[in-house]
Parts: sequence; C-alpha cells; structure tokens
Amino acid sequence: MAQPLDRLKESPSQTAGPYVHIGLTPNFCGIGGVYASDLGSSMVNDQTKGERIELRIRVLDGTGTPLREALVEIWQADAQGLYNSPAEMRGAADPNFLGWGRQPTDMETGVCLFQTIKPGRVPFRDGRLMAPHITLWIAARGINVGLHTRLYFSDEERANAEDPILARIEHRLRVPTLIAERRGDTYVFDIHLQGEKETVFFDS
Amino acid sequence: MAETGSNRAPETGAFFQRDRQWHPPALTPSYKSSVLRSPQKALVSFDNTLSESTGPVFGHAMLGELDNDLIHNFARPGESAIGERIIVHGRVLDERGKGVPGVLLEFWQANAGGRYRHKKDAYLAPLDPNFGGCGRAITREDGGYTFRTIRPGPYPWPNGPNDWRPAHIHFSVFGHGFAQRLITQMYFEGDPLIWRCPIVGGISNKAAIEALIAALDMQSTIPMDARAYKFDIVLRGRRSTLFENRPEGN
Repeated sequence: MAQPLDRLKESPSQTAGPYVHIGLTPNFCGIGGVYASDLGSSMVNDQTKGERIELRIRVLDGTGTPLREALVEIWQADAQGLYNSPAEMRGAADPNFLGWGRQPTDMETGVCLFQTIKPGRVPFRDGRLMAPHITLWIAARGINVGLHTRLYFSDEERANAEDPILARIEHRLRVPTLIAERRGDTYVFDIHLQGEKETVFFDS
Repeated sequence: MAETGSNRAPETGAFFQRDRQWHPPALTPSYKSSVLRSPQKALVSFDNTLSESTGPVFGHAMLGELDNDLIHNFARPGESAIGERIIVHGRVLDERGKGVPGVLLEFWQANAGGRYRHKKDAYLAPLDPNFGGCGRAITREDGGYTFRTIRPGPYPWPNGPNDWRPAHIHFSVFGHGFAQRLITQMYFEGDPLIWRCPIVGGISNKAAIEALIAALDMQSTIPMDARAYKFDIVLRGRRSTLFENRPEGN
C-alpha cells in the first residue's frame, strides 16, 4: 500500500430546480426588499471601456422548446482581454467591468438578454491568442450538473479559424453551434441541449 | 487583479478534473425532466485556460445586515418566519482540504410547509407572509459561513405519481475560478425521503449522497432558540503553477 493521497471529493452537483429564481434572481420573481437588485443583472456603466453589444440567448430542449425557467451566467474578459479576477496576473482589468453577468430566461418567451461589451482576445496556455469568446454556464430544472459552453462571434472569422479550443472539436460540423450570429449590435445565440443541433458542451 | 478579501497570495493554477462518475450524469430518467434536457453527445474536454481558471469575486460590501438571516430578511418589523428555527453553518473547502475564503454562497428554500414563494409553485400549503426564502453569505478567512433560517418542509412534485422531495436547501457557490462554479442541495440527517428521491438518486455513489446530508450539530445550537446543522461544501482543488507552460507576468 502506498500513502493515501488524502484529497477530498468535490460536493456532488444537484439540479437548480424550477425555483432557482428565488435564490439567484429574487427581484425578477417578485421577492422584493431583500436585496437592492439582482446580482449580475447589470454589467456595464458609462465608464466601461469597449464596444457595447447585446446577447440574445435561448436554451432549447430536445424537442426544440425554449426553457422558460433556465438561468444563464456569463464570464468574460474586458475589452483588453483581461479578467477581473484574483487569478489574473497579467495586469489590472477595467475597474468598471466585473466581467460576470446573470440572467433568467423570460418566463413566457424563453429569451434572455445581456447588455455587455465585446471581449478582447485572451491567450491560450501556450501563448497563442484564443478568439474573442464568452464563457456560459447554464443551470435549470432537469439539468443535473451546470453546463459549460462558449459563445464565439460570427464577425471574427479569422480569429475563430485559429482558436485552439474550437480546433479541439473533432466533428467540424459542430463548430457553428458555438458561433453567435451578428444582427446589428446584437448577437443571437441558441443553445440546443440535445438532438441534431446539439451545442458543444465542455468539460474543463 | 481583483481583491479576494484575503491576505493570501492568489492562486492561478488549473483545477483538478471533475470526477463525473461521482456527480450525477446528465441523463437520469427517473428524474423525468432530465430526459429532454441532457446532452447526448460527449462533452469536449480541455485543460483549463485563463477563461476557466479565473472567476468573479464579490466583496463583503455587497451584503446587507440580514442577508444571512432568512427568519428576518423578509419579515415585517418585529415578526419572524414560522417553523423550526435552525442555524446552518460549515466551511467551503477545496479538494486539498484548504478553506476557501471570500466566496459567495447563495441559498434558497421552501417555507416550513414546503411552499416556495414563486408564482409557478401551486402547492396548496400556504405561504408564510414573513418568509421570502433567499439568503447569501461570503466565506470568512477560514472558509467558514453561517446563516439562520427555518427548516424547510418536504413537498410533492409532479414527477412520479407520488414523489416528495426531502427537506432541502439549495446552495449556489462560487469559488475563485469560474470552473469551480457549483449548484447543489443540502439534505437533513435522518430524513427517510432522501433515499426515495429521484433527484438524489441520480447520484449513484452512496458516499457522494452522504456528502450532501448535513449533520445535526448540538454543539452549535443556541439553547432555547435554534438547533444547528453542519454542512461543508467541497470545491475543485487547484494544481500548483510551478511547472505550468504558461507565459504570465510578462
């Protein structure tokens, strides 16, 4: 017998359930007066540097029906490609941009909207630049472990073509599932949880 | 770089891989709504980049005085929520056993009768006018947290013809990197419904289920006021950066 490694096991995930709004967006579901505002509902202010964009996201189940009780969180770099995080050692990120946002999908339409900025490019582990992207994390009833994916931008064709993560996707037909389509200042992104158009989800 | 509210040097390494045999799989058919919401294709794996090893950190300044007191944070002045008064406390640790300071915990739950304050909850048990059901806390330097609430009731749900959720509190946890992001549920020691629940049963390993069951902790009760339960949460550990092939700080 060798020495034990003495590591703990990560707490197992459980679904966020249908009432996730109570905890994470209480004002959205009518529980007022506990928090001044829902955390992550506003990402930019007048001083935030960068190009203003809107993300219009839906999450669809295996029948193509939009989820109307899902929660979407995003995490992204600032316009210079710096993360507002203690683990960011390359420099100070824009102090007017936390880089994190949270929105529920609309209870009628299933659409969720983020007002944010287009992120700068961030280096991959070997120093090559990744294409501009936003990390997404999706929780909902029926989802046992939060799903991790990325949103890339349709008007960044050259950067997307050299992105080391997109290059990891063996089935090239699936790459477009990660690319949001630009319409004016809005990027439209449908996440398919299951089926033919299934979005690529990551384990990282 | 952002402040963690801690004196420790920030850690920057990639996180240990998730053990997806330990977590519930995406598809757990006894939990019916997982059937159409589970990806059928394999996840695409890669080692963390900066996009996963970094994450948002929230300062203590965001917290209101009653954010960790669900008995009072929605109650009318001088009143309090009805139910078994409890304290829930524990530590947020990583897989190396280190306390994780300065991380945001958010929790939500039904009231003592198993009713949620949510317009989509049509259960006939009544709302408590003094109970909202949400709270939050930021971990201390040793990773510790505490909040006060009432013990939630079990409730029926439209899954099987007679399924009841065990009493539970939902937890959402941030670490220091977005790859540590976790939502889970805390159950109560001794509840016989735990072992009948299809959501719990999605976890195949008994020890993993037991890791979600809070222990009655009589040493932390407040006599004549509230009992206590201890619930530790473990997040992914980080590798050391000593031999990482990553240009940084230049």
